Amino acid sequence: MTTLALAKAINEGLRTAMEDDPKVLIMGEDVGKLGGVFRVTDGLQKDFGEDRVIDTPLAESGIIGTAIGLALRGYRPVCEIQFDGFVFPAADQIITQLAKMPLRSLGKIKLPIVVRIPFGGGIGAVEHHSESPEAYFTHTSGLRVAVCSNPSDGYHMIRQAIRSDDPVIFFEPKRRYWDKAEVDRNVTPLPFDRGQVVRPGTDVTVLAYGPMVKTCLEAATAAAEEGRSLEVVDLRSLSPLDTDLIFESVRRTGRCVVAHEAPVYSGLGAEIAARVTEACFYNLEAPVLRVGGFSTPYPPSRLEDHYLPDLDRVLDAVDRTFTF
Amino acid sequence: MTYASGAEAPFELVQLLTPEGERVEHPAYDIDLTAEEVRALYRDLVLVRRVDMEAVALQRQGELGIWASLLGQEAAQIGSGRALTDADMAFPTYREHGVAWCRGVDPVNLLGLFRGVNHGGWDPAEHNFHLYTIVIGSQTLHAVGYAMGIQRDGAEAASIVYFGDGATSQGDVNESFIWASVFNAPVVFFCQNNQWAISEPLEKQSRIPLYRRASGFGFPGVRVDGNDVFACLAVTRQALKNAREGQGPTLIEAFTYRMGAHTTSDDPTRYRVAGELEAWKLKDPIERVKAYLFKNQLADQEFFEKVDAEAADLGRDVRKRCLEMPDPHPLEIFDHVYAEPHTLLKEEREQYAAYLSTFEGGGK
Repeated sequence: MTTLALAKAINEGLRTAMEDDPKVLIMGEDVGKLGGVFRVTDGLQKDFGEDRVIDTPLAESGIIGTAIGLALRGYRPVCEIQFDGFVFPAADQIITQLAKMPLRSLGKIKLPIVVRIPFGGGIGAVEHHSESPEAYFTHTSGLRVAVCSNPSDGYHMIRQAIRSDDPVIFFEPKRRYWDKAEVDRNVTPLPFDRGQVVRPGTDVTVLAYGPMVKTCLEAATAAAEEGRSLEVVDLRSLSPLDTDLIFESVRRTGRCVVAHEAPVYSGLGAEIAARVTEACFYNLEAPVLRVGGFSTPYPPSRLEDHYLPDLDRVLDAVDRTFTF
Repeated sequence: MTYASGAEAPFELVQLLTPEGERVEHPAYDIDLTAEEVRALYRDLVLVRRVDMEAVALQRQGELGIWASLLGQEAAQIGSGRALTDADMAFPTYREHGVAWCRGVDPVNLLGLFRGVNHGGWDPAEHNFHLYTIVIGSQTLHAVGYAMGIQRDGAEAASIVYFGDGATSQGDVNESFIWASVFNAPVVFFCQNNQWAISEPLEKQSRIPLYRRASGFGFPGVRVDGNDVFACLAVTRQALKNAREGQGPTLIEAFTYRMGAHTTSDDPTRYRVAGELEAWKLKDPIERVKAYLFKNQLADQEFFEKVDAEAADLGRDVRKRCLEMPDPHPLEIFDHVYAEPHTLLKEEREQYAAYLSTFEGGGK
């Protein structure tokens, strides 16, 4: 057991993956000497060399496109997109090529590529540095979409993502990069496509991922003081979703709230609400409620506390599930 | 290489065989082909034109959804395709039927894509010929990444990527030039400038000759007569050799002409004058090789008849096997999307299988 910040835990996961497999490469802007703007790749170029930790030209489509070519040659590139809002120049390569080439080849091509994206708000950043674009990618078949929320998952899930023979879009909650927790390197991790109950409860199932897991755990602590028991589920995998876990929990509690930073409209919460309603209709005491960003672009940072769902907005939704 | 930096080139267009079938010398490029090798190139040119013709006919008869004809571009494709070694890797657009031929891909596999039974499906690693890429220019980055892999493996190989004049406006193509340049990647950019991007003439893409773009990115560019199979072979061979020897990328602009429509869905009479086509017919890539073989008595009438007969057989065979291609089973829609088991697809597959089973004959 060691105590690590999330950024450092992912760094350790990357290091271990590179030690385990000489085909693993790191690619991205400023990932070399600088170690990435969040230092997630700190020290890796020094230890593994410039051929394995590649400072790329400043062009996101180029990063993904050349990573595909390297994967066709047998490499396992881990690409860093510097910020969420900068993934869109790469969207074409991700959606038309990365996600579809294995099918195009009838399974003869595998593209074990990981696209790491620091995402979400809460760091007082300028425009394009606080977005939550996960739904664009969950809507794209052929990709796996995963989100870590804590250092232990950061360490283990990045390794699982790299080992996967499928392309993985790997979201990292940037405002939690500096949060520390214990990491057990020797524990057998949960399967990559499984969610996890991070706080058991009996009254309401609260589903979250990434940065909102911590917020929802804090909400559960506050609710407990008022005698209400929230079960908090960290979804971890957004594509595919661990629907077995979600349905089992909602069938027990009868109430469900989904929280994410991304806009509610056409967000993950919409998909989850529809599926929970289909599968758990007779167990539900209330409609599935969603908490998330507004249907606006991400606001200037002085307003982000209003945009980002906080403990009170989660609890407000929890309260509303008792009014039906 | 001293020559090929674009503006300083002593001869702007590399040509080794005139449209009349005369061998001409070029100061920077030469080629020494045996009679047998020339006959083999002629055979390639004729056979791929025949496959292409059959495919157009199949589309007209409703057996293919669409077809992108290579008519007029045979020399560019056979010349460059025959310059490749087995270890080299080719990245095509959707029109490289001639290169596919050189790489040993069964033409029927190409037809499968246009018939709609799959999106490709040949094994790129078996032929070192990547799948067709329909999004314009995307494959240029794949080729550069692959070349970076070759560098890391320390292998003696290069990649070659095909694209058209329209693609040179794409961001990905320009990014691939930058990447190839700064990483000195062993890649050859083979641009078939067939003068038309569907209906848009080259003036809509560029104010300068395309091969001169290369100098701005820091590597050599050369324009070759794309209807001259000798010149395409010689220039591509040299560029691949340079790439394999660590001299980095080359942009080859094969100056050619799309004799037919962009695809079978297109009507070029709406945007180009008939005279242009007539002028290019005089530069036909096959006729000049035939004239060369005749004039130099490297082939007799029997040879030409034999090639024609072989082409007719190939056309018949391709047609027959195209019509025999079975439609995939409905549940194959879920196959190969992921390499590893995926719970959502498993669930949807089971649900659709159950739905199909409610129909007589299982919905097929």
